[in-house]
Amino acid sequence: MKYLALVYYDESIMNAMTKAEWDALNRECMACVERLTVNGHFIAGQALQPVETATTVRVRNNRASSTDGPFAETKEQLAGFYMLEARDLNQAIQLAEHIPPARYGSVEVRPVRELDPEVHGYPDAASG
Amino acid sequence: MHEKLSDIYQTESRRVFATLVRLLGDFDLAEEALQDAFAAALAQWPKDGIPANPRAWLVSAGRFKAIDQIRRRMRFDSTVESIAVLSEGHHTPDSIDDDALIVDDQLRLIFTCCHPSLSREARVALTLREVCGLATEEIARAYLVPPSTLAQRIVRAKAKIRDARIPYEVPGKDQLPERLDVVLQVIYLVFNEGYSAFQGEQLVRHELATEAIRLTRLLFGLMPTAEVEGLLALMLLHDARKSARINAQGELVRLEDQDRHLWNQHQIKEGVALVLHALASREFGIYTLQAAIAAVHSESPSAEDTDWDQIVGLYDALLIRMPTPVVELNRAVAVAMRDGPEAGLQLVNAILNQGELAEYHLAHAAKADLCQRLGRTSDARSAYQTAIDYVTQGPERRFLERQIAALSTD
Repeated sequence: MKYLALVYYDESIMNAMTKAEWDALNRECMACVERLTVNGHFIAGQALQPVETATTVRVRNNRASSTDGPFAETKEQLAGFYMLEARDLNQAIQLAEHIPPARYGSVEVRPVRELDPEVHGYPDAASG
Repeated sequence: MHEKLSDIYQTESRRVFATLVRLLGDFDLAEEALQDAFAAALAQWPKDGIPANPRAWLVSAGRFKAIDQIRRRMRFDSTVESIAVLSEGHHTPDSIDDDALIVDDQLRLIFTCCHPSLSREARVALTLREVCGLATEEIARAYLVPPSTLAQRIVRAKAKIRDARIPYEVPGKDQLPERLDVVLQVIYLVFNEGYSAFQGEQLVRHELATEAIRLTRLLFGLMPTAEVEGLLALMLLHDARKSARINAQGELVRLEDQDRHLWNQHQIKEGVALVLHALASREFGIYTLQAAIAAVHSESPSAEDTDWDQIVGLYDALLIRMPTPVVELNRAVAVAMRDGPEAGLQLVNAILNQGELAEYHLAHAAKADLCQRLGRTSDARSAYQTAIDYVTQGPERRFLERQIAALSTD
């Protein structure tokens, strides 16, 4: 089963790191991806540019509008994601615990919902 | 025969259910299969006699009925997924009466219902419903929520178990300590809800305390660790004082004013033995330490003859593992008993100044009591008044009002 691990942290904590600390964390993240890949848990994943680079897009009445900034202003910002393959939630949680930024921020683990073209009438079925 | 069957239902139904969840991979299907299995037993056992191993018989009947049911549904509705039960080959028939596996099934059920990814309310509701077998209406009554709300809570929790794929397993070694903490927390919440119940349907809520003790006994049987033992002891020792805590008028009686002859000595004896055993393991934690404090009280003939020095020492140890202002407050009260009200008052004032307990009625009540003992009547009165402003439970409010009234007549 697929789980998306969304990595959040307070960017100001990261900004306060020395270059050596920041580089060490990045190396740890690369090692984490490598380990997940070797063990067959890694499907995809990327780190993101800081939240100032975010743009939020909405379409209402067929008109698109874009606004500066993230979808929600929160204390911790979305910093990256991992798409993981795991046996069940317990394994997904265990994998998430080893994502290095979990020590500074939080990792939200969400099971992926496979879209079934034959399913109709479910109130919040994704329409995209 | 009906009586025997009802006994078997009492002792076996939740165990059978736990095994059926493993075999069928679905809570609702397992519940249905359980009811079908008992219906089959009711029809067959009076004729054929009770089987040598009723539990294995019931599991096997339930599983058979469920498979039958799934096949029938599939015939009518081709979209029904072929549930694991039809394709599974790894559950050999032997696994049905393997006792070790069945014991594990009960643990699996407990750990699944108390999974940290479920909300606290959901864990409590699901544990009472699935592990203890309480009816949804009973749980709703005990928690003073509409049955529909509670039913929703359980439905959502089961949906999350299915959709997020919360596994039916006892967590591995590295996750176990954290996960066991959550289980103990759920049980203690259930106990407290029953123990501190004064409003609503008291009787129903007191059953929650009994249910929590029963559940901990079950858990202790399956997983005899120090903290499970400590929690069991803590609940037994508190519960032993049940009939002395409330007087004939339904009013709250303070520990120091309780008639200690009303305490359940049999339960105290059991609780104390458990505490001593848990302490000796040296792997104890917060529940064992709280139980040890309760044990010292339980064995003291009166408040004055209590070993307050030992109680302060136990609070010191508890503070290291549980550094909360409420523990500090309790320690301060014990210090007041050991070193006198002035020493206690200094500590209580310092705790109140930290701010976190500024709206906690018991902190102000403790201050009021100490002021009263020091003869500072007006300070006592204003502290009691503040406590009354923050209290929510009727009997506690009336207790505080009686204290104020007593001050005025001094």
